[in-house]
Amino acid sequence: MSWAVNWISNIGAATINRITVFGRATLMLIGAIIAKPQPAKLIPLTIKQLYVVGVQSLLIIIVSGLFIGMVMALQGYTILVGYGAEGSLGPMVALSLLRELGPVVTALLFAGRAGSALTAEIGLMKATEQLSSLEMMAVDPLRRVIAPRLWAGIIAMPMLALIFSAVGILGGHLVGVDWLGVDYGSYWSIMQSTVDWNKDVMNGVIKSIVFAFVVTWIATFKGYDSVPTSEGISKATTETVVFSSLAVLGLDFILTALMFGIE
Amino acid sequence: MENLIEINNLTFRRSGRLIYDDISINIVKGKTTAIMGPSGIGKTTMLRLMGGQLLPDSGDVKFKGESIPNMSRKRLFEVRRQMSMLFQSGALFTDMTVFDNIAFPLREHTRLSESLIETIVMLKLQAVGLRGAAQLMPAELSGGMARRAALARAIALDPDMIMYDEPFAGQDPISMGVLVKLIKAFNDALQLTSVVVTHDVTEVMSIADYVYILAEKKVIGSGTPEQIRNSQSPLVQQFLEGKADGPVPFHYPADSVQQAFLGAEL
Repeated sequence: MSWAVNWISNIGAATINRITVFGRATLMLIGAIIAKPQPAKLIPLTIKQLYVVGVQSLLIIIVSGLFIGMVMALQGYTILVGYGAEGSLGPMVALSLLRELGPVVTALLFAGRAGSALTAEIGLMKATEQLSSLEMMAVDPLRRVIAPRLWAGIIAMPMLALIFSAVGILGGHLVGVDWLGVDYGSYWSIMQSTVDWNKDVMNGVIKSIVFAFVVTWIATFKGYDSVPTSEGISKATTETVVFSSLAVLGLDFILTALMFGIE
Repeated sequence: MENLIEINNLTFRRSGRLIYDDISINIVKGKTTAIMGPSGIGKTTMLRLMGGQLLPDSGDVKFKGESIPNMSRKRLFEVRRQMSMLFQSGALFTDMTVFDNIAFPLREHTRLSESLIETIVMLKLQAVGLRGAAQLMPAELSGGMARRAALARAIALDPDMIMYDEPFAGQDPISMGVLVKLIKAFNDALQLTSVVVTHDVTEVMSIADYVYILAEKKVIGSGTPEQIRNSQSPLVQQFLEGKADGPVPFHYPADSVQQAFLGAEL
């Protein structure tokens, strides 16, 4: 029977361990963004981080958005044309992008491009004693280092997702209208009459804000909690990408079910 | 003599492993105190306990009579403005110039005008001989220069105490000499209290007023450099003379040589 006891106690230990990590992550979050914010110092630091995580992610977002829009138009056209419904290409591309692909793919790309960089940067700051030296200079690293990065991620990602969707719709236009000959007017007008501001655009933005929060939280926490060795930082960076991606996909299902699943 | 820091009966464990067993150390105000010991016995840990970054399992650390482990976070941050630490790596912020690194604590904790900050930063850089390097990035500095720049940052707010974590480790003889001179000069000119954690015996014995030697989780010797040199303890002598074998064994504990190389039947 001892293996059974061991098995159960291992499950218990793993559970307690996970809950402890979650508790530490929550404490970090509280210390960084809830406890006594200092806007005068926070805003300039956040703007700098917005440039790093937002502006520097623009290229990958625009290129990916363009290609995904083009592929969707191509795939959609070959199916819709069989029913003589190629006029609905516009709403098909726009709805898929605004509701799903925009927020989700942006979050996945953001985790890979900006999330991993955040983890590595904070992890290296820990390894080179920069976080410790901040503490010894009586400056709270949670407010100085973590908070601006968290806010920057939460602000940047929804904007990136909207840009992604917009560029994707243009990509769909490029392939559907300019190349395959779908009617220009029907591409845009059916899209306009079908896409609903609240139901489609805002729900996509809400999804994106949730993903932004989760991905940036994971990325900053993994860096802050990393073991300050080369191996520890590499592990933390990998975990950021893996955990954020899984969290985004899992949350996407839940949010979709809440927003669109039950009429 | 007034004590700036008093460590009383301190016991500290990390992940279940005992690091310090009932240690007491006093840091006298205005003097240079050296804490020496073989690597791996947690000398840096001692500085982190003094700075309140780690909490002891039992015992107390007092700064100017106030207990550091029992302070609120707010009070601890106030107290930390009076102490300063020179990290082994220098810990300069890699995304700022040397100038901005040294201006950083001033900008965070004072409301001085930018022109006054510039004057103070340049004075501090002049003191460590790096005024010409103000606009360089930390990556462009040599190891010795980085440590001097970090030293300028450590004295930016004119603290009462500086803790030096292995200031001489990995330095060439010239920068070592420069650092010894600077530590001595700051101690004398600014009436600082200095705590130097190191295993570079000769350098630190030349500037220390009082020496503690840590080994085997305890203080194995303490006194003025003269008293330490004349100590009868074989452990202290092994450390001072750098003998490979002695009370601190050359071999990491292992099973017997016979058993390892000739099989268990012997």
